[in-house]
Amino acid sequence: MSKTAGFEHRIIIIFLDHVNRVGQRFDAPLASSLPVSCAQASVEFSGELSLLSIYEESLEKPLTQGYQNICKCWKGSYGSAMEFVELIKAPKVDNVVMRRPLFPNVEGTLCITGHHIILSSRKEDTEELWLLHRNVDVVEKKQSTFGGGTVAIKYALSQIEITNLLYPFFYRPMYNILEDGWTAFTTESEFSKLVLKSDDWRISNVNKDFTVCNSYPATVVVPKSVPDEVITTAASFRQGGRFPVLCYRHENGSVLLRSGQPLVGPSGKRCKEDEKLINAVLGPGKRGYIIDTRAQTLAQTAKSRGGGFELEIHYPQWRRIHKPIDRHHNLLDSLARLLEACNDTSCTMDKWLGRLESSNWLSHVRDTLNCACLVAQCLDQENLSVLAHGSDGTDTTLAVTSITQIILNPDCRSIRGFEALIEREWLQGGYPFGSRHFKSGYAYTASSVKNPKKKYAPTFLLFMDCVWQLFFQFPCSFEFTENFLITILQHSYASQFGTFLGDNVWEREQLNLHLNTVSLWSHINRPEIILTFMNPVYEPNSKVIWPSVAPASLSLWSGLFLRWVVDQKPTEETWKAIAEMKEKEKELKKQAIKLRKQLIDMEKALNSKLSTSSPST
Amino acid sequence: MKSQKKLSILLGIYHRIDNVGLLERYSSRRNAVGALYLTATHLIYVDHDNKRETWILHSHISSVTKLPLTPQGSPLQVRTKTFLSMTFVIPKERDAHDLFISLSQLCQPTSIEDLYSFRYNMGSEDLPREAGWALFDLQLEFERMGVPNESWTMTSLNKDYEICDTYPRYLYVPATAQTAVLLGSSRFRSRGRLPVLTYLHSTKAALCRCSQPLSGFSARCVEDESLLVCIQKVNPNTAQLVVVDTRPKINAMANRAAGKGYESEANYENTRFHFAGIDNIHVMRSSLTRLLETCELKTPAMAAFLNGVESSGWLRHIKSILDAAVFIAKTLEDGSSVLVHCSDGWDRTAQVCGLSQILLDPYYRTIHGFQALIAKEWLSFGHKFTDRCGHISIDPKEVSPVFTQWLECVWNLIQQFPSVFQFNDRLLLCIHDHVHSCQFGTFVGNCQKDRIDLRLEEKTYSLWGYIANHMNEFLNPLYKPDTNVGFIQPNLAPQTFKFWREMYCRWETGLHPRESLTDLMVASKDHINSLDDHIRLLQKRIKLTEEKFATHPNSNGENNTEESVEDNRLTYKKNLLDEMNMKVQRKIEYDPLMVTSFANKSSDGLSLLSSDYHDKTEDIMALAKLSDELNSVALEWKSVRGVKECPCSTPLDVSTRKSHCWSCGEIYCARCLDKSASLPGHISQKQSPVCRECYRVLIKSASVESPE
Repeated sequence: MSKTAGFEHRIIIIFLDHVNRVGQRFDAPLASSLPVSCAQASVEFSGELSLLSIYEESLEKPLTQGYQNICKCWKGSYGSAMEFVELIKAPKVDNVVMRRPLFPNVEGTLCITGHHIILSSRKEDTEELWLLHRNVDVVEKKQSTFGGGTVAIKYALSQIEITNLLYPFFYRPMYNILEDGWTAFTTESEFSKLVLKSDDWRISNVNKDFTVCNSYPATVVVPKSVPDEVITTAASFRQGGRFPVLCYRHENGSVLLRSGQPLVGPSGKRCKEDEKLINAVLGPGKRGYIIDTRAQTLAQTAKSRGGGFELEIHYPQWRRIHKPIDRHHNLLDSLARLLEACNDTSCTMDKWLGRLESSNWLSHVRDTLNCACLVAQCLDQENLSVLAHGSDGTDTTLAVTSITQIILNPDCRSIRGFEALIEREWLQGGYPFGSRHFKSGYAYTASSVKNPKKKYAPTFLLFMDCVWQLFFQFPCSFEFTENFLITILQHSYASQFGTFLGDNVWEREQLNLHLNTVSLWSHINRPEIILTFMNPVYEPNSKVIWPSVAPASLSLWSGLFLRWVVDQKPTEETWKAIAEMKEKEKELKKQAIKLRKQLIDMEKALNSKLSTSSPST
Repeated sequence: MKSQKKLSILLGIYHRIDNVGLLERYSSRRNAVGALYLTATHLIYVDHDNKRETWILHSHISSVTKLPLTPQGSPLQVRTKTFLSMTFVIPKERDAHDLFISLSQLCQPTSIEDLYSFRYNMGSEDLPREAGWALFDLQLEFERMGVPNESWTMTSLNKDYEICDTYPRYLYVPATAQTAVLLGSSRFRSRGRLPVLTYLHSTKAALCRCSQPLSGFSARCVEDESLLVCIQKVNPNTAQLVVVDTRPKINAMANRAAGKGYESEANYENTRFHFAGIDNIHVMRSSLTRLLETCELKTPAMAAFLNGVESSGWLRHIKSILDAAVFIAKTLEDGSSVLVHCSDGWDRTAQVCGLSQILLDPYYRTIHGFQALIAKEWLSFGHKFTDRCGHISIDPKEVSPVFTQWLECVWNLIQQFPSVFQFNDRLLLCIHDHVHSCQFGTFVGNCQKDRIDLRLEEKTYSLWGYIANHMNEFLNPLYKPDTNVGFIQPNLAPQTFKFWREMYCRWETGLHPRESLTDLMVASKDHINSLDDHIRLLQKRIKLTEEKFATHPNSNGENNTEESVEDNRLTYKKNLLDEMNMKVQRKIEYDPLMVTSFANKSSDGLSLLSSDYHDKTEDIMALAKLSDELNSVALEWKSVRGVKECPCSTPLDVSTRKSHCWSCGEIYCARCLDKSASLPGHISQKQSPVCRECYRVLIKSASVESPE
């Protein structure tokens, strides 16, 4: 088809995910239809020069001019059946070749719709690409042999900043929702699991209209002895109003709290209510730990800007330890370099290892695990309570508190428990998914993304990597598979579900997400879906799982980072074989028990028959 | 292992030092205090508080270093060839010095006849000395490839090692090559290692190996050139021969100054030359040293560790070897013959030839084939194991981890193709350890001639016999022989090469995944086999009982039915006997998949068998007996997860295999699970591993009920 000169013009779209297979639309159960997914990958479209230029315009025009205006009109009027079709200048281009690593090329027609880019060969039994615009991280234009050089298009279709124009609002499931994921993990229902039989805690509605802290949920768990007024005052002393709340109570009674940094400021202010609030956690004469996820120097600098750390003189019962974990654009920078290294499969061994090292990604993983282990140690071995915070208390703090819980709490290693953990710590805990996940590693080179004010960060990805490291070291202690982690991760970046939209509970309530969109948990928790995420070798492990954080023990998560460049089939096959083996073992056991019973019954019957017959002769 | 221990106890303890501290590298825990024992064969450290025993074979010790004195005593660092590193703090300096002197002498004897293998006795292991020595015969291996044939012939020119003392006796050369050509070529090749066949691929493309030509700057040899022409001509596919020089080109050029070098393109027609760029043994040795230094870093940062792995260059070398092997395999698959050499043709040549055969031929991915490959490529063609492994004290510059590297390449392939290998990585570790241990005579000596001169077959045991006896440990539960493909093409992207933690950090038990999928799969597989066997017996039993029911009318014709049941029994027994006999026969022919042990006495099985099915006048099997039969097979097996120690209180960690007793389903260490018996509940009467307690019960019931 497109043979000669036209072939030289290519558009590279680097996307976050979702290559769908034949005939599977997005309303089909998406996650199960994906082979192994997530991380970033890229496809290239090549075709006739003139046609591609038109297509490119249709990507470009609406974004630069049309969207801005139309988005204004759209504010507040979501829900209409109207989509963006009229923005698209040329909805289709013929004779396009799609190239991807590891898979054969596909030739066909490229279409652009309100939500997807679709490449279809319009033949039976061939693959179709259905790509959510939201998945697109960067669109690059390449004119390889003619002009040379790369024209990077800095925007992507995904940059529609009005949340409610996003696809989840238009997505309607084709199945009945058995259990609504929006209400599956409320503070109330999790409360009893959290505090067990302890009588020292209560659910507070102090934040019911989100005025005390806009990134907290309406209900939080606080010490019973502290009244709401004290909490309100204490909140004003913490960054973003994030006063200390309970996130985990260990079986020995020690507790884990998290908060924002105290607003100590250069003059060393104190807040009696804040002190009262956290001291209420400790028993009389008991001591606790404050784990600060920033370096000492960083905390000092924060002090001069109005933030800071708890001063010893005002918190005599607490011992402060700094366990630094890098943040925000440093992480994104690290991820960008890692991806660059992972995607270059033709480089030399030394170059690969050098880039892996200089990306620092594994160092970040190690720092995070190290910090979580320290917190877990304080709770489990020293029997002391811990307050964890960084500066905002919305990023590394959450990573640390949630990994600590996975290490300590067997429940968090089950599918439902893990969902509850993400819901509790990340979604209700106020990790700003909307802002952080707007861009990922590939877009980092674009200058607009580099702006540290934008606060794109892969902290959640870092957390998931840590969970994978734990999974790798304890493959039998988790109810779910690696694929489960990857599925959640990809939905946190781009999804037909509303779960990860918005930055916090308040925003999600404003958007009425629970009415207008479907929850990811509603999808995953359907029996036929949840089965696909079951770990065949899972044996509930009630013990604490202490991971090894030695460098030799940590490995690159190849199922995520290398899945587009290195064939992941061996791992998949191994797991499939394990599952089959386990299934067979179970079946044979059942059969043997049945046959034994049958045989014994028969022998008994024969025996009695013979003993009755022999005397008669 | 266990037998070694018993032996050394028999031999007596030379020396004992108490209150010896052990420096822990990672944990901040208080250092352990224990006792050091020096025996004739081992250095043993016993830490009573943690119930930990460490046995270090003298021949495994690679270095003993005295570290600067500390207030607690004088530290002595012992490193082994299995990458264990321990630092003992000995209270008295004189003790430390004595130990240092003794160990330095014991770890590397000066004479080859002082090696452990000449003293080693199998002890309780039921393995005759001759077992395994005859398993791998070079001629049989070539017959498997269909050689000799009309193109390739066997020559006995080297029958008494006259033309090349590091080659095997019988060489395979093109049928068209004249004796004069062969002799001439051998004179032109370093150490007489002339081009000979090592593998004939199914495409009729041949893989040949040799050493570098003595070409210097201008010398040529007409015989050598015509031998290469012969090799090229007997391949009907193409008119081209590919010569792979595995060295970097610069090294090959440097060799010219010494009168060696590489083939001049001008002199060899229809030949394509390729340099693979694999570094020499000295580079490899220092690379490994640096890698081990990285592994031994105290509390390393992530970056320091990665940097250490990178700067050691180790993975780069591994990749370069695999790169070359894939190049050769592809060329052979495409139909061109390949001639491989390096300098002497016994290090890099063995590495890449061995690997490319694994890539091409599914046979070499079986346990038997893998051993055959080592026997051929490494042992017969003269890889200098004694020199490279430093078995005896010789020039330390001869020592190099060439074979270890090769095993690592195979390990990498196993990672990429988990279901095409019949063996698991335990086999690689086992072979690696015994290549250095000298417990078996298999790897003693530098070439076939050495081994014959030392009369190893009479004086020592063979590792192949040991492996055949422990086949179960080395089976890969994921192996799928039926879907096996021919040529496997690995991904050579640098991202696919992993650091081999299980090898180089093997003894840092804290570093490994805490739950091992391999253990779990092996247990699952064994359990499935056991259950399957048991179910077949149950089905048979049920059928028999049903027949009894059917043929047993209430009162009349009783005698008839009795007889017919008897007949049934007899035929059944006869079938089983036949089956048994066939199995025994097959075992003699060597069946790698047999679960039964090598030295299994068939009479054992038969006595148990007859005890179960012997003709009793009383026809009805007592229910008690039935339950005995049923109880002999465990339906529930203990989970391998979370098992910390064997009932004998030996700690079970990542590196030790956790084995189930097939009769009671409990988990034991290898030392406790040394018995095997056929279970009455199994129809096949195969020997199954059982614990001592169950063994006693099984043997007792067998002997009591046996009428003989």
